[in-house]
Amino acid sequence: MARSTLSSRFRRLDIDAYDENRFVEEPEEAAAAEPDAGPEVEALLRHPLRRTGDALQAFHAAIRNSPVNTKNQAMKEQAQGTMLKVLTSFKSSEIEQAVNSLDRNGIDLLMKYIYKGFEKPTENSSAILLQWHEKALAVGGLGSIVRVLTARKTV
Amino acid sequence: MAYHSFLLEPISCHAWNKDRTQIALCPNNHEVHIYRRDGAKWSKAHELKEHNGQVTGIDWAPESNRLVTCGTDRNAYVWTLKGNVWKPTLVILRINRAARCVKWSPKENKFAVGSGSRLISICYFEQENDWWVCKHIKKPIRSTVLSLDWHPNNVLLAAGSCDFKCRIFSAYIKEVEERPSPTPWGSKMPFGELMFESSSSCGWVHSICFSASGARVAWVSHDSTVCLADANRRMAVASLCTETLPLLAVTFITENSLVAAGHDCYPMLFTYEESQGALVFGGKLDVPKQSSQRGLTARERFQNLDKKASSDTANAAPDTLHKNSISQISVLAGGKAKCSQFCTTGMDGGMSIWDVKSLESALKDLKIK
Repeated sequence: MARSTLSSRFRRLDIDAYDENRFVEEPEEAAAAEPDAGPEVEALLRHPLRRTGDALQAFHAAIRNSPVNTKNQAMKEQAQGTMLKVLTSFKSSEIEQAVNSLDRNGIDLLMKYIYKGFEKPTENSSAILLQWHEKALAVGGLGSIVRVLTARKTV
Repeated sequence: MAYHSFLLEPISCHAWNKDRTQIALCPNNHEVHIYRRDGAKWSKAHELKEHNGQVTGIDWAPESNRLVTCGTDRNAYVWTLKGNVWKPTLVILRINRAARCVKWSPKENKFAVGSGSRLISICYFEQENDWWVCKHIKKPIRSTVLSLDWHPNNVLLAAGSCDFKCRIFSAYIKEVEERPSPTPWGSKMPFGELMFESSSSCGWVHSICFSASGARVAWVSHDSTVCLADANRRMAVASLCTETLPLLAVTFITENSLVAAGHDCYPMLFTYEESQGALVFGGKLDVPKQSSQRGLTARERFQNLDKKASSDTANAAPDTLHKNSISQISVLAGGKAKCSQFCTTGMDGGMSIWDVKSLESALKDLKIK
C-alpha cells in the first residue's frame, strides 16, 4: 500500500489561519530615523595616528547607534558593516579592555553583532570574531548567547 | 540535602500533601503515582490512571486533601480519597488544546488551569448540579499559558505565557466568594479584569510566583532573565539578565528572596533590593560533591583524547546534585514568607529536598534577607 487513495490536500490548509482568535502581530510604531553613526565612526578609524583610545571611542559610538528599533534592512546592513570594521581594527590585546568597558546591555548588543558577523564570514573576520566571542562570553556568560537567540529586536 | 532518584524518566510535575508524607508525581506518562515516605525510603502507595494524555500539572489541596490533575488530553480531574482509593471526577474545561498547568486557589474552592488554547479556565463547584463548572479568561492572552499562581486573597491570579508577558487577572467568582477588598494591584476586580501586564521581555514566561503578602510577583523567562514587579512601587518592574541558561522554576522563600532553577541543574538565589528597586544574584545553591582527584590511567587518557579530543583530566560530568534540568520547585516548610525547606524535581527523575539553614551555613557568602 504505497499511496493513500484519498486526497490529502487538506493537509496543506493552515487551519489556524481561519481561527477568529488568531494572533496578529502588533504593528511596530514607525521608528524615527536613527542617526547614522557611519561618518563619525569612519572618521575615528581613518585617523592616521590612530591610538587605542580612538578605536575604543569608535567602538562605543557604533554600539550607541545600533539600529535595534528599526525594521530597515539596509540600515542594519550598514551598521553591521561599520561594526565589523571597528571590531577588526582592534589589536588582540585591546579586546579584553574594550569588552570590560561595556555594561550588561552593551555586552548583549556586542554578542548580537558577533553572531551576525558569523553569518557571513569573510577572509579574516571569523578569527577576529572568535576572539571577541571568547572575551564577551567570559563577561556575559551563556545568558548573553541565549538572549541573542531569543531576541525579537535584531541588530 | 536529601536526593532521591525516583525514576530514569523525567518527572513531569509533582505535588506534596499537607504533612509532606506523600508526594504525587507524573512519571512522564498518562499516570500519576503517589509515593509515601517510609522512614528514609519511598514506597508507591497509589497509581491514578484516568488521563489519556501526559499529565502536565498536579496540585494537592492541603486542607481538603483533594488532588487536581490536568493533562494533554484536554481534561482535568479532581480526585478525592474515599477509604484507600482515589476517585476521579471529570471537569470539562471546554478547551481544544492541551492543558499545561493547574493550581488550587488558597481557599481551595476553585482552581485555575492554563492551556494551549490561549485561555485560563477557572473552575468552581456548583452545588445545585453537583458538577464542576468553568469560566474562561481569554483576553488579551495571545499564546499558551505556561504557569499560574494565586494571590493570597483568593481572587487575583498571575499567569505567565508564551506571548512573552506576565499578567495578573481577577478570577473573582461571585457564586463562591464575597467581593474582595482593594489591593495594591487595584480595587475594581470583576471577573477577567486585567490588573497588570508586563512589557515584553523576549522569552516565554516559564514560571511565575506571588510573594507571601501578594504585593510582589516574580517570573522567569526563556531569555535568561528574572523579573519582579512590586505593586507597592507603582508596579515597577525590576529585571536581571542572568549569565546562566534559562530558568524554568521560581519561588519566593522570604518576602525579598527568590530561589530559581532551570537548565543549569542547580538552584540559585536572587535578592530584591527594595531601596534600589533592583534584583541581585545571590549565589549558587548547590553543595558540590568532593570528587577525589585520582589520576587517569594511560588507557583512559587515550580514550579521552580519542572521544573528546581533550587531554583534560578534569571530570566532565556536572558536579551538581541534579544531573539534568530542574523543572519544578515547591516550598515544603515555612511557607513563602519564611521558607525553611524546598523541594526540586527535574528531568533526571530525581527529587531533592533542600534545607535553607544548612545551605546558609554551608555556603558562607549566602545572605537570605
